[in-house]
Amino acid sequence: MNHIAALVSGLLFGAGVALSGMVNPVKVLNFMDIAGTWDPTLIFVMAAGLIVTFAGYRLVLARRQPLFAPSFSLPATSGIDARLIAGAGLFGLGWGLTGFCPGPAVASLVFGYWQSALFVAAMAAGMIAMRLITHRPAATESVEG
Amino acid sequence: MTEFTPLAGAIGGILIGLSAVVLMAGIGRVAGLSGIFGGLLTVNWSAEEGWRGTFILGLFAGAALTALLGGIDVSAISFAGGPVGIIVGGLLVGVGTALGSGCTSGHGICGIARLSRRGITATIIFMAAAVVTVFVTRHIVGAGS
Repeated sequence: MNHIAALVSGLLFGAGVALSGMVNPVKVLNFMDIAGTWDPTLIFVMAAGLIVTFAGYRLVLARRQPLFAPSFSLPATSGIDARLIAGAGLFGLGWGLTGFCPGPAVASLVFGYWQSALFVAAMAAGMIAMRLITHRPAATESVEG
Repeated sequence: MTEFTPLAGAIGGILIGLSAVVLMAGIGRVAGLSGIFGGLLTVNWSAEEGWRGTFILGLFAGAALTALLGGIDVSAISFAGGPVGIIVGGLLVGVGTALGSGCTSGHGICGIARLSRRGITATIIFMAAAVVTVFVTRHIVGAGS
């Protein structure tokens, strides 16, 4: 059953990033280009996504456990550290250079553009390199997202 | 220029939010794409983590179905910069999301929906970094498209 939940969640995510246009890097860059060809669409994507998740999480997290797992795997409520700040800064730099963030980039592989494949390969290399440098296993890297 | 598409954006955002709620309700996991994808980059496979692969298959199917049903014009997708910029951007996104433990979905949607201080902080930083990067590349260097 956990595979069915993951499949449905993946389907919804893939449809969401495609329909919203987040799989189109230039559209995402236009959202960031406040001083130029500004396209505010991403505000509507983020706001709608946040409202649904905020309300849904209230209902779900009030339960004792998930439907098909023994417990919720929530990120540890650790503080704001240098890793978080530096990581978010580097991610934002890469996002601003390309218009790609991880979810839409992976989803867009199905559209067959070489740019998507090259980006995802480079992103995977960056993730593996960072993990080797910090000697942290995959499981602990994945907690927040 | 890209067309401002608030309705498609909002519906896409709702789907992304539902994706996050389904994954939390079903198996108690955060729908963070850098974490789900990054968790697949391992040689230490365990059946318990197999849901990640199922999620990514769903992600592909969701994006492909949306295109088949006319939810996105795949030929209108466009990219900024050449191969070198894409590789550099991909590496930065990979390193940054691994170091900062999350991306737009994990921090920006799931983290903020839980009112996580780390999620809110990371989102402000990567959004600001992306906006500054686009300003510099498009309006100061004039390189991007």
